[in-house]
Amino acid sequence: MSIDPSEARKVAHLARIAVRDEALPALAAELNGILHFMEQLNEVDVTGIEPMTGVEPMRLKRREDVVTDGDMQDRVLRNAPDAREGFFAVPKVVE
Amino acid sequence: MTLNQLTIAEARDALRAGDVTATDLTHACLSAIDAGSPLNAFVHHTPDIALAQAEAADKRLRAGDAPSMCGIPVGIKDLFCTRGVPSQAASRILEGFLPEYESTVTQNLFDAGAVMLGKLNMDEFAMGSSNETSVYGNAVNPWKSGDAPLTPGGSSGGSSAAVAADLCLAATGTDTGGSIRQPAAFTGIVGLKPTYGRVSRWGTIAFASSLDQAGPMTRSVRDAAIMLGAMASVDPKDSTSADRPVPDYEAALTGDIRGKRVGIPREYRMDGMSPEIDALWKRGAEMLRDAGAEIVDISLPHTKYALPAYYVIAPAEASSNLARYDGVRYGRRAALAAGDGVTEMYERTRAEGFGPEVQRRVMVGTYVLSAGFYDAYYNRARKVRALIKRDFDQAFADGIDTILTPATPSPAFPLGSMQDADPVEMYLNDVFTVTVNLAGLPGLAVPVGLNGDGLPLGLQLIGRPWDEGNLLNHGAVLERAAGFAAKPSRWW
Repeated sequence: MSIDPSEARKVAHLARIAVRDEALPALAAELNGILHFMEQLNEVDVTGIEPMTGVEPMRLKRREDVVTDGDMQDRVLRNAPDAREGFFAVPKVVE
Repeated sequence: MTLNQLTIAEARDALRAGDVTATDLTHACLSAIDAGSPLNAFVHHTPDIALAQAEAADKRLRAGDAPSMCGIPVGIKDLFCTRGVPSQAASRILEGFLPEYESTVTQNLFDAGAVMLGKLNMDEFAMGSSNETSVYGNAVNPWKSGDAPLTPGGSSGGSSAAVAADLCLAATGTDTGGSIRQPAAFTGIVGLKPTYGRVSRWGTIAFASSLDQAGPMTRSVRDAAIMLGAMASVDPKDSTSADRPVPDYEAALTGDIRGKRVGIPREYRMDGMSPEIDALWKRGAEMLRDAGAEIVDISLPHTKYALPAYYVIAPAEASSNLARYDGVRYGRRAALAAGDGVTEMYERTRAEGFGPEVQRRVMVGTYVLSAGFYDAYYNRARKVRALIKRDFDQAFADGIDTILTPATPSPAFPLGSMQDADPVEMYLNDVFTVTVNLAGLPGLAVPVGLNGDGLPLGLQLIGRPWDEGNLLNHGAVLERAAGFAAKPSRWW
């Protein structure tokens, strides 16, 4: 598998990172280098092996479905680059 | 000897005896930090918090209510959220972020009476092995050979530099692929990555959630035992925090490893390995054998696939974790042009806010998780991860107590020397450490000697899951036998 500049553009867009057109060939080459390194994994026989999800077999913790925290709108919004009237503000979305 | 050079254990005893105060210790460290600015280890200074915490610690000490960390001045890696104090993960995208909450690790340390001197440099989002991806610029190794400044390792490079240069008594680090152990080895200090789930990840900025684990970076194995005891907890706020009581790690340091079986994995003897590292490894094994342990050759057959598996899994998790940095809820938003919509805001914010290595890893992660490639890369890597863990399970089932390996393939290298290298070459720094994260095991780096150029070299001990006490005990035996007492000569 190999990434060309147009595929690199697609990946950058999926990752929501703006990449200038002239930077795409170098990005594609770099990603290819890393993917090539990963291709060693194809040498391993993984027949019948379950993908590992966690290091310790443990049941995910449960708790009562009750409110444990809250009532801190001002603190939640305090770090927002733009907050207005108790909301996070973003540029207008027109679809 | 000045107060900032004490170990935690020495300072604790002097504090309890009333020979020094936490305030004296804190002043000594604050002066050392000022003088140590060429190391660029501390990137946010909190002297007011430190002195207030020191005063509170002195009160506790006078009242006789003083846990081991009470009054001990420490540095905190910039990855930990500290309430009201900048916590940027060394990234431009978190510029101006002041957390409204305290990470469990720092809260635990504060509850134990520790004093926070400030925040420490690191690679951006902990992605790097040389501290060269930081928005704050490079941290510098206090050790030197020749004129070129050396890397203190990464990602916890500010932590390693600060502890080695006596700017603080100890520091917190985090380790996703070797980020505690490699910088510890590069600076001649002790670094412990605990078993996954031993230390809560709550409030620690996430890189790869199934691999990240915080741990202590200290000047002795005993100090690592003391500090781990304060950092570890059972935390309802982290669903992967293990429901296991925290034992007294210091009590496990009996110095007796007679009859223990120490495994030497043959796959860690890499082609082209430096003879210096090989000799150090052999010497370490002899030290443990002389202390009464049995040295056993073992095989961990999937070792060579650990790095490629890691560089699929860690970027995949990172691409998901770092999706939250979108310029909406916290941190920095890019300036927008007229008519820009929300997608342009995301794309520009992330292009300006993330450095090149973080962008690269987010994109690799996005690619390996994307439709059509998920099975070929991500699922295959997770299956290989299962095999890597099975190798260790098998060794431990065969009666191996700990495993001894080199910590790093080389000593600290000059800053900038890898600039034109392929990213994969930098990744090779993690070759001996990354298996431990994939398998979720505890790993300890211990300084064992100096190379021909006078730079520190370390060995790694790997323990059974949840067996940090025994691991630290082996580390203490190795530490004593090696008698590593060298310090960097002061040039800063």
